[in-house]
Amino acid sequence: MTAATHRSAGEIGRTERGPRPVPGLGEQRAAADLAHTDTVLANGLRVLAVRKANVPMVEARLAIPFAADDPMHPATAEVLAETIATGTARRDRVAIDTELALIGGDLGTAVDPEHLTLSGGALASGLPTLLDVLADVLTAATHADNEVARERARIVERLAVARTQPRVIAREALQRRRYGDHPYTREVPQPGDVERVGPEAVRALHASAVLPGGAVLVLVGDLDPDAAVGDVERALGEWRSDRRATEMPELPDLAAGDLLLVPRAGAVQSQLRLSAQALPRTDPRYPALQLANLAFGGYFSSRLVENIREDKGYTYGAQSGFEFTGNKATLQVEADTASEVTAAALLETRYELGRLGLVPPTAEEVESVRQYAIGSLLIGASSQAGLASQLTALATVGLGVDWLAGHPERVAAVTAEQVAEAALEFFAPSRFTGVVVGDADTLARPLTALGGVSIGEPGAAGS
Amino acid sequence: MAVPELHRLTLDNGLRVVLAPDATAPVVGVSVHYDVGFRSEPEGRTGFAHLFEHLMFQGSESLEKLAHFRYVQSSGGTFNGSTHPDFTDYFEVLPSAALERALFLEADRMRAPKLTQENLANQIDVVKEEIRLNVLNRPYGGFPWILLPPVLYSTFPNAHNGYGDFTDLEQATLDDCAAFFDTYYAPANAVLTVAGDFEVDRARELIEKHFGDVPARPKPHRPSFAEPRPTEELRGHHTDPHAPLPALAVGYRMPDPVGELDSYLAHLVLAGVLTDGDGSRLQQRLVHREPLVTDISAGAGLFGPFEARDPDTFSVTAIHPPDVSAERVLGALDEELDALATTPPGEEELTRVIARWSANLHSDHDRLVSRTLGFGSFELLHGDAGLTFGLADRIAAVTAERVAEAAKGLRPDARAVLVVEPEQGGKQ
Repeated sequence: MTAATHRSAGEIGRTERGPRPVPGLGEQRAAADLAHTDTVLANGLRVLAVRKANVPMVEARLAIPFAADDPMHPATAEVLAETIATGTARRDRVAIDTELALIGGDLGTAVDPEHLTLSGGALASGLPTLLDVLADVLTAATHADNEVARERARIVERLAVARTQPRVIAREALQRRRYGDHPYTREVPQPGDVERVGPEAVRALHASAVLPGGAVLVLVGDLDPDAAVGDVERALGEWRSDRRATEMPELPDLAAGDLLLVPRAGAVQSQLRLSAQALPRTDPRYPALQLANLAFGGYFSSRLVENIREDKGYTYGAQSGFEFTGNKATLQVEADTASEVTAAALLETRYELGRLGLVPPTAEEVESVRQYAIGSLLIGASSQAGLASQLTALATVGLGVDWLAGHPERVAAVTAEQVAEAALEFFAPSRFTGVVVGDADTLARPLTALGGVSIGEPGAAGS
Repeated sequence: MAVPELHRLTLDNGLRVVLAPDATAPVVGVSVHYDVGFRSEPEGRTGFAHLFEHLMFQGSESLEKLAHFRYVQSSGGTFNGSTHPDFTDYFEVLPSAALERALFLEADRMRAPKLTQENLANQIDVVKEEIRLNVLNRPYGGFPWILLPPVLYSTFPNAHNGYGDFTDLEQATLDDCAAFFDTYYAPANAVLTVAGDFEVDRARELIEKHFGDVPARPKPHRPSFAEPRPTEELRGHHTDPHAPLPALAVGYRMPDPVGELDSYLAHLVLAGVLTDGDGSRLQQRLVHREPLVTDISAGAGLFGPFEARDPDTFSVTAIHPPDVSAERVLGALDEELDALATTPPGEEELTRVIARWSANLHSDHDRLVSRTLGFGSFELLHGDAGLTFGLADRIAAVTAERVAEAAKGLRPDARAVLVVEPEQGGKQ
């Protein structure tokens, strides 16, 4: 279609010399030790400051436990997150943004059923300014009436967009299927609730829940760890309370069950979402389970991806992974597939779940996932932002730099037998529950024939 | 920018090589940029450049199907590829012990990819699933990168859908693949980049060893994709079956990113003045003060800046409530552009945007993937990987007058306006 004359596909794929051997690996250098300070300030805030000076930048992540039972909490929390950086006693919205911009900085907020998170970054020379702005919004945010009204309206508009995203619809359905009405399921607030959130409620929530006790602040960048902790102490020392921030109550363990078919009329693609109870990072069997998961669907060269994408072409992306929540963890298996092949993709997924325990990963598979697990840690930790994210996830469950530094050794020590044991126990298809979201007219008949699937009402995935 | 050590060489077969050593972490990035993107695919074969990118992962003379992924991942590494308007890139990031292996994998598929009917059929299915996922089954799918070009541009290379129509994808043949490879995947049409933890002399040896005997083929003629700028306001409509709120994309032509880089950079700064942060002009006015839109953003390039040759697109996109008309949003945009054209931005306004650009460039540089790909694409598009290091200074040198000039060029009578309307008044 382009060159006037060209070789055939067969000619292109052959050379005179023939196939060549793939080179082995060289000697691997370990990552340098991370100079860090990890301490709890007088106000109860844990500060983890790590020196990583590749570029003259600093990354900051503050995670505050932010759970509550009140059904209005998700809506109020969402408005709080959107207005916390829109004005303080000293600065208005534009002044906050300007001050951050001048240090090449930004500050974002997010809230979920467990945490209120403030994430930012700036040129390293701007760290004191970044901390000053952070302290200001934590201790003196005004949540002004007009800002609350405007952000409320924007949240409602954004929720309308979010709830048309198949992955959001599937996530809500999965959460209800797994945990019923537990506060953990309230990840996306209801628009009607958001509309009812008044400024007083936001200010009251800020006063009672934006607290340092139990919160963690991770700083990673071109900084001196002790000096950075001193900067934090000076900036955030006045942020204090007699009470501690509220942790989410422990989640119940998942019960196995049918997949629930959640109708989404006319959808051209379905979301398969399966889940089962797993082990947290602190469990001695976690490294073996981590490797079993990688072999199943945790990376591209996994059994699941090689089967349903590379062999069958049912999906663009299939994956499995851990969801860590407090001291608990679950496994998630996900794939988005065309409606016509959804039932077949579920059949193959169950087949691979069963096979992982019965025909466990070979020595070669285990070596591959072992190297991948260790390499991913190295790559993730090679940038400031990547390292900050890794450490924040660890710090919110009470772990830190030592866990990160010690994990390659734990992964290296796992045996193929331990992986097989974890696979048999945790990947049994009978342990899973979940949802299928898609066009019920196309899906109901083949899924019913396959079995282990119940038909639900649109938007009602209650257990 | 830190440690600007950069080495460039060209092998006898024409392959250009960029080496950027940096030992701060024991990881290495390897990428190959081929000088062909979806603007080069012929009529009747929309989506072919992207489909072919998928096929390049499906095996080569020394590597069975799936082996590429397995070798990268069992070395502890990650991989991917992506298709852009003017180039296609392939990359791996790995622990540094795997450098030679990564070079081998890239060389093997540059020399002799295994193109088979079975893999072609399989990857057509996978690409169709990718399009369902990213375009057909979600709100604002393809907005604006697929939807805006056919309004702003009139020639096939610039206007067509780079993901491709299903009918075109299904008609792709193995012979199309062979012709495409022989024409465009010549070593002389590619740039190899190695960045991260390695020794320069050793890397040179390994590159010569693995790429040196990839046979030379002629470098293909690269056509100009230039077309006249619009001389009136062009309008397009799209009905989105999933979107709950109307949306708007406004597209303008930009200065040549390569030949007129400083003007191009002035447009980047203008985009920041308009929509970067709560203090920017359109955020302040349209999101908070009036307010007319839920979200608004402006930027260069439909995939981000520094991703294309001429012609490139400056776009402003907004999502807005149904009771606000597109005309009101356009009216406010034009007023703000007029204001900037008449009175250049103030010093602090400029400093804010420039400081954020400087920080963003540092952050990009800190991530090995983006650093590696940045060197490769600057070498390919601008003939100068080292531009990466000078970019922050070039942006800092943009004057208020250049920004005003950029604003002046974004005329209502030479732009494209794409209006996205929800189907059935917003019901999904």
